[in-house]
Amino acid sequence: MEKPMSTDFASTRLTGWGLTAPSVARVATVAPSDLAACVKDSGVRGVIARGLGRSYGDAAQNSGGSVLRVSGSISDVVVDRASATVTASAAVSLDDLLKVIVPQGFFVPVTPGTRFVTVGGAIASDIHGKNHHADGSFGVHVRRLSLLLADGTVRELSPTMDPELFWATVGGMGLTGIILDATFAVIPIETSRCVVSTIRCDDLDELLSEMSVGDDEHRYSVSWVDLLARGRSFGRGVLWRGDHARVSDLDAKQAVEPLKYEPKHLATVPPIVPPPGFVNLLTSRLFNELWLRKEPRRKDGQIKSIPGYFHPLDSIGSWNRLYGPRGFIQYQFVVPFEREDALRRCIEMVVESRLASPLVVLKRFGAANRAPLSFPMPGWTLTVDMPAGADGLSDLCRRLDDVVLEAGGRHYLAKDAHTRAESIVRGYPRLSEWRRVRDAVDPDRVWQSDLSRRLTLLG
Amino acid sequence: MQNAFGETQNIVVLGGMSEIGLAIARRLITPSTKSVVLACRRPDEASTQVASLRRDGVDVRAVAFDAADTDSHEAFMDGIRRDHGDPDVVILAFGQLGDQTRFDEDPASAVKVAHVNYTGAVSISLHVARQLRRQGHGRLVVLSSVAGERVRKPNFVYGSTKAGLDGFAQGLSDSLEGSGARVLIVRPGFVHSAMTTGMKAAPFATTPDAVAEVTVRGLKSGRRIVWAPGILRWVFTVLRHLPGPVWRRMPVG
Repeated sequence: MEKPMSTDFASTRLTGWGLTAPSVARVATVAPSDLAACVKDSGVRGVIARGLGRSYGDAAQNSGGSVLRVSGSISDVVVDRASATVTASAAVSLDDLLKVIVPQGFFVPVTPGTRFVTVGGAIASDIHGKNHHADGSFGVHVRRLSLLLADGTVRELSPTMDPELFWATVGGMGLTGIILDATFAVIPIETSRCVVSTIRCDDLDELLSEMSVGDDEHRYSVSWVDLLARGRSFGRGVLWRGDHARVSDLDAKQAVEPLKYEPKHLATVPPIVPPPGFVNLLTSRLFNELWLRKEPRRKDGQIKSIPGYFHPLDSIGSWNRLYGPRGFIQYQFVVPFEREDALRRCIEMVVESRLASPLVVLKRFGAANRAPLSFPMPGWTLTVDMPAGADGLSDLCRRLDDVVLEAGGRHYLAKDAHTRAESIVRGYPRLSEWRRVRDAVDPDRVWQSDLSRRLTLLG
Repeated sequence: MQNAFGETQNIVVLGGMSEIGLAIARRLITPSTKSVVLACRRPDEASTQVASLRRDGVDVRAVAFDAADTDSHEAFMDGIRRDHGDPDVVILAFGQLGDQTRFDEDPASAVKVAHVNYTGAVSISLHVARQLRRQGHGRLVVLSSVAGERVRKPNFVYGSTKAGLDGFAQGLSDSLEGSGARVLIVRPGFVHSAMTTGMKAAPFATTPDAVAEVTVRGLKSGRRIVWAPGILRWVFTVLRHLPGPVWRRMPVG
């Protein structure tokens, strides 16, 4: 094959969204037609694809090797109204996609807390959102995808066509190949608004019991927990549940343009934030107090915009810089239902440590899917951001890991920046099955990342 | 690979019998650590050192390495990469003091010291740097000395090798800029250790563990040069500019 003349590699220092563990790779933006040649020339350190770099840890880094961004355009997006599906190149972001499909009356099947992720990344991380209990993760909505394999060929995959490789690619962290494009189901919507009901809870018992009843009546459900409150307020939080609003839910003014979608940008954090950053016990406690007090004790039928309900942080550019140059980690785990004791123990440990930032999410997951490395499973998932430079954080994370793994839970690879190989082996009992499928299409280990090296994912 | 806390998986100590090297390795070991290699001339005599670092789940072993045998250095680094994967931190801790009182009569013994401390260090550092550059991450810690900051009469052969090594390491550090690999230069003062037993301690004398603490802090904060103890930076800012007649009469050491 001819060497692509257009590919310019630049040595680039990369981190994940958490800004920790930097490493240098050869980075290039490559057209899908030139990818095969780049992959062939990759050398011993291999290749990984990178989208918008929103994995928190080292999933889209490949020190000493190649990191490829695949070029793709929103103009290639095809919306099939009859089947309610969208076909898009893997490089398209949910942000761009929403601008196209919301005015046409569709919403993405799953959105995480940010819309700045790509379709390829959404599949490779098998992302989940506030509707996991109702709709599952992103992977179950994918009808088909095309995957560039290590040998330079492209393979069509679907849940019925080569299902093993399809499910190894869903949640496979880019280690089966580079996703080129995908077709996935979208949700028909009447309006671009959500109807939200809010319940403020005074302690963890109340929060967990409120969450345990009534989730099934709503498509979206998520809670925030104050992980700094102690004593009687331990585990206090707010539960928001929502559904896509119907036109009849809107007032006359909103109903004029029911599908109007205009995400706003408020500000961008400057590139240099002096250590130790702005997130500390004082600012976090203040934030938590105000955040809790602004919410009504119980309110139904509030109308919120898509960005307001799903992506509140996206209005502030580069908010990850607020933690200062040492960055932060996002600790996310799931423990099965019936192991609320482990969830409670973890929350206690985080509260005792005084290390939690205000960014905390608690959610009940629904059913797992068939992908061996998919993170969600029926149970409770807690997500908490903590400044990486904090004293005692490493020790806290290890003690949390022990509780989580003992309870039969696991950690989310797209967030991980700290666990060890043993933790993944324990948390993902089907890891060896995934390795077998993966090795069959990549015996020479072309696909590698800092994540795969750190956690010995390839075995 | 290092994790979000800067904790490292694979550690290599060049000069595996060095008390400072061992103290740094000891402080770098965390539950994330997979391997520690103690590279020394006679690995079969390093069982005490190996045992002192042993932890659950950490592969600690002594491996043959001769700083003076520069022809063997390439194969040595290939072996490290093959057996342990990417080295995250390599600590260059070997060095000989020699006997300054004998050097006038026996220049060949001075050449030996210079060969190990400077030539050997240059050789292995360049092989390490090549590996770190290839892997796009990793740290080389170079044990320099304040003895090289302004070379003194009582140990001027040793001091001059450290002066050379320090300058080399600064240049190497600059040359690695942007590669993902980095160099940390450690400049300890007088360290109470086997190498200095029986010698009169200089002011601001320190211990291997104190040097290790400063080193690990330097690695965390991403510094390029650290002094142990830190005050020596200011002491030497003055000493460096003393007129020769005053310098020669300094009572230190």
